[in-house]
Amino acid sequence: MKKLNQQRAPIHEALQRFREMRVVPFDVPGHKHGRGNPELTEFLGEQCVGIDVNSMKPLDNLCHPISVIREAEELAAEAFGAAHAFLMVGGTTSSVQSMVLSACKRGDKIILPRNVHRSVINALVLCGAVPVYVNPEVNVKLGISLGMSREQVARAIREHPDAVAVLVNNPTYYGVCSDLRAIVRMAHQAGMYCLADEAHGTHFYFGEDMPISAMAAGADMAAVSMHKSGGSLTQSSLLLIGERMSPGHVRQIINLTQTTSGSYLLMSSLDISRRNLVQRGREVFRRVVAMSAYAHEEINAIGGYYAFGQELINGNSIFDFDPTKLSVHTRDIGLAGIEVYDILRDDYDIQIEFGDIGNILAYLSMGDRLQELERLVSALAEIRRRYQRDPSGLLSQEYIDPEVVASPQEAFYAQKESLPLAACAGRVCSEFVMCYPPGIPILAPGERITPAILDYIAYAKAKGCSMTGPEDPDITRLNVLL
Amino acid sequence: MEIWFSEFHAPDVKHSIRVNRHLYSAQSDYQRIDIFDTPEFGRVLTLDGSVVVTERDEFVYDEMCAHIPMAVHPAIRDVLVIGDGDGGVIRELTRYATIERIDLVQMDNMVLEACRQYLPDNASGLDDPRVHIFCDNALRFIRRCQAEYDLIVVDSTDPLGPSESYFTREFFGMCHHALREDGILINQQGSPFFRHDAEELCRSHQRIVRLFPVCRVYQAHIPTYAAGYWLFGFASKRYHPIDDLDAPRWRSLGLDTKYYTTKLHVGAFYLPAFLENMLKEVEK
Repeated sequence: MKKLNQQRAPIHEALQRFREMRVVPFDVPGHKHGRGNPELTEFLGEQCVGIDVNSMKPLDNLCHPISVIREAEELAAEAFGAAHAFLMVGGTTSSVQSMVLSACKRGDKIILPRNVHRSVINALVLCGAVPVYVNPEVNVKLGISLGMSREQVARAIREHPDAVAVLVNNPTYYGVCSDLRAIVRMAHQAGMYCLADEAHGTHFYFGEDMPISAMAAGADMAAVSMHKSGGSLTQSSLLLIGERMSPGHVRQIINLTQTTSGSYLLMSSLDISRRNLVQRGREVFRRVVAMSAYAHEEINAIGGYYAFGQELINGNSIFDFDPTKLSVHTRDIGLAGIEVYDILRDDYDIQIEFGDIGNILAYLSMGDRLQELERLVSALAEIRRRYQRDPSGLLSQEYIDPEVVASPQEAFYAQKESLPLAACAGRVCSEFVMCYPPGIPILAPGERITPAILDYIAYAKAKGCSMTGPEDPDITRLNVLL
Repeated sequence: MEIWFSEFHAPDVKHSIRVNRHLYSAQSDYQRIDIFDTPEFGRVLTLDGSVVVTERDEFVYDEMCAHIPMAVHPAIRDVLVIGDGDGGVIRELTRYATIERIDLVQMDNMVLEACRQYLPDNASGLDDPRVHIFCDNALRFIRRCQAEYDLIVVDSTDPLGPSESYFTREFFGMCHHALREDGILINQQGSPFFRHDAEELCRSHQRIVRLFPVCRVYQAHIPTYAAGYWLFGFASKRYHPIDDLDAPRWRSLGLDTKYYTTKLHVGAFYLPAFLENMLKEVEK
């Protein structure tokens, strides 16, 4: 195998050469290095629009990489310990979908926790695979879904020996990791693939004392959101595969849905970010972990709030916990997480990642500085002082065990009718309902609508959660199967 | 030979000061620190290229921060000063025997050290036994304080940069919490003249107005700051800056000042019409 040099960034370098060559563009895009769209150029800058170019020989082609993109993928694969890496430009949603579509086809069963991101179930709508849900354990106090326990996965595999794959969140949005090594082993023994949604796991590959990464655990594929903890541009992502997958087949699957005009802004950001992570990742994430630990301490010192983390590790459903995560339980000060989220934005000009019924999540990353963290902590202290009230009467988020009546694809394309929410109890939903973020479905296509679910939707709406999914944007009606 | 220090007061306005010698230059964890020797303004301290203090006009700023609240509140014992790298405000405060404690919270120790060396007159108050220096983030420091101070003076640089936190809702809220029930908050409010500065002023004034029952803005003329025109905020839980001014009491102290007088005290709160209207708009 040829020796790779991780100090290099082939796409970045090719774009720099391209810039110097001052090639005359008689190809797309039509803005022609920004000249045709002066307002856009003024806004984004010449440096940026000048490299918004199309595939061409010196810059390779994302659909069939043979030169600089290929080299960048090889470097990424080595950096992440994967057999092969694919640069993705349709967000981690496209990585997740390509991963699922590579492993499953129509009618195949896939074992997965119910607290997956909507992109996973979207992929099932596309390919017609059938979900076998493993009920994640729930921390009742915090109202959050945890990881999958080994026993639950083993039982699902035993009950569904014909399933083709097991999908694992590594970690969940809150930072909870399942025992990935054990799950990989069980899946492989049963002849199944193990897939990992690592939308929140990029740093596991580079930081010290992190939960194990999917590739290190022997998983077959992983969808890695480089644009989250990896520092690349929004919408750029990586799909990693292990030795058991055929890179040619996965490439074909990716090309089914991926653009043929891959953005060089996104690709170069992946290339540069990978190099940065290799060179500085260890130090960078050491700093993020230290900041997170400091924030936990300070927030817990305020009183009322509970910033949770590694103390929850229980060896099974919380096998490990991402030490960079800053999740705070807010219910005990009498405010729903979403209320704290709104107050932080409206009164304090602080935008956090999300707030749900009982918790908020502030996303910490390589771009953070202590001075902003102090603002967040102080704002939380202020909010407690200003708003603290009796928490009784606040709902705790409960995991609602779904009853899957039809496959997501069947339900999505089935004959349906639109009913007001109140009339939906007992019917089968044909669409998604979720709070976004985090984008984990409350209802997925094919699931039975119960009174408990309707209560939950009403409560989340009343608290100000941003609800998405249904055809009716106000979520007063749902589409249900006839 | 000509050497000039220049600073943009607005994107299209530049202010220049002729320089004799560049005495000091360093990059701290937070900012670039420079000290120049200039023929007109004497020694000049700049942070990230913005003038913070000059020997020639510092008295305006320092006196207006210190004497205004001291002439209003009859019993200021415990004072918190945030920022004030050069020590000028502290020097003015230490002239009052009735003050028992002055806590100075400074994030950037290198500024303090540079000032001790190159602006020794300003820094002279720092060695007073009542002064306690804490090298800490002010937000963090003040989070732990409750009804502890009679006066808080926020002597920060502009809202864009390391001092951004000192213009936020959470910071003013913490100040409110850290003050006793008759406490006073003095903060620098920038210049109202250039458009961008005016917007920042309105934003921070609005935040303070929501927290303190008494909230007034006063002005001073400071040649090296943007437009030569500078504002301060006076926020208090009880005292009114003019109605509660006790001029005879202050005059009886016999303090010698170069800018502040009790007459100017009153006048400083009378603002030009454009500014009055601007503030009225955000006080709604």
